[in-house]
Amino acid sequence: MSFSEPITTSGQIRNGLKKGFVIVLSSAPFGILFGAIAIDNGFSMAEAALMSAFVFGGASQLVGIELFGHHVAAWMIVLSVLAVNFRHVLYSAAVSPILGRFPLLKRCLSFFLLTDPQFAETEKREEQTPVTFAWYIAMGGVVWIGWVGNTIVGALFGSLIGDPKAIGIDVLLPVYFLGLVMGFRKRHNFLPVLVAGAVGSVVAYWVVGSPWHISVGAALGIVVAAILPPPGASDHDLKDPALETEAA
Amino acid sequence: METGMSAFSVDSQTVTLILMAAIATYATRLGGYILVNSLKRIPPRVESALNAVPAAVLVTLVAPPFVNSGWDVRIAMIAALVFGLRFPGLMVLVVGWAAVMAARHGFGIGM
Repeated sequence: MSFSEPITTSGQIRNGLKKGFVIVLSSAPFGILFGAIAIDNGFSMAEAALMSAFVFGGASQLVGIELFGHHVAAWMIVLSVLAVNFRHVLYSAAVSPILGRFPLLKRCLSFFLLTDPQFAETEKREEQTPVTFAWYIAMGGVVWIGWVGNTIVGALFGSLIGDPKAIGIDVLLPVYFLGLVMGFRKRHNFLPVLVAGAVGSVVAYWVVGSPWHISVGAALGIVVAAILPPPGASDHDLKDPALETEAA
Repeated sequence: METGMSAFSVDSQTVTLILMAAIATYATRLGGYILVNSLKRIPPRVESALNAVPAAVLVTLVAPPFVNSGWDVRIAMIAALVFGLRFPGLMVLVVGWAAVMAARHGFGIGM
C-alpha cells in the first residue's frame, strides 16, 4: 500500500477478523444445517465441504442439495443455483467502485468472497473509511474458513442423525426459505411477485411436476415484476432488505 | 446413506456438479462488475425484474411444500411466518422447529 491510511495494515486486519468472526457465529447454524442436510441427501462429508468451499453461498447450496436429493438433472441444479445467487449480480455492481480499486488477482479473489454479509459490511465500511484489501480479505477469509468448518461439523453431526422427521430437521429447510422470503418483504412489488411465484409453482407442481415448478413459478414472479411499473427514481436501491436478516 | 459411503469418498459426477455450481455462482459475483463496466445504465424494468429474482425463486421452495405437506409442517410454517414478521432468521428457524416437534411429539400430528 503506497498511499497513507487512517489505520495501519495490522489494524485493518484486526478489524476485518473481528467482523468476520461475528459473521461466522451468526451463519454457523446454516453451515451446520447445510452439512447435515447434505449428508441426508446423499453427499459425503468431503463433497459437502467441497461445495461450501467452492460455491460459498448458503441459500444456493441448500437449494442445490435439496434438488440433488430429489435426483433432479444436473443442469437444472446448476440453473437453480444460478437463479438463487442472481442477487449477487446487483451486489457486484454496487461494490464495483470499491473492489475495482484492487489489482486484478486480488479483485478476482474479492469478488469470489462477495457473500451477503460481506457485501453489507463492505458498503458500511466504505462510508467511514476506504476499504482496503487487507481488511476485506481478513473478514472474507475468516467467513470462508468458518463456513467450511461448520459444514464439516454439520456433516459429522448429520451422520449421527437417525430419522430426520423424528427430530424435526426435515422442516428446517422450508422454514429457512420462508424466513429468507420474508427478508425481501420491503422490496418493491414484493406481494405481487410472491403471489405469482407461489401460485405459479403450486399449479406447475400439479401440472408439470417437480422440479419444473421452481422455474415456472420463478419466471412468473419475475415477469410480473417486469410488467408492473418500476419504482420511482430510487436507482440506488441496490441495498438489500434481506441483508439484515441474513447477516443478523 | 446405506451405501457404505465413506466420509471422504468423492464421486466425480458430484464434483463436476459442484464445480459447475461454483462457476455459475462466481459468474453472478463478477457479473455485476462486468456489466457496470460495460453498460452506462440498467433499464428500470430490468432492474425491477432482477430485484424480484430472490423472492420469486425462494417462494417456489416454500409454497408447494406448504400445500403438499401435512398439518405438522403447515403449523410450523405458519408459526415461522408470524414470527418472521418480527424476529430475525435464526429465531424463525428455532420457532419452526419447536412447532413441528410440538405438533409431532406433543399432539401426534403427522408422525
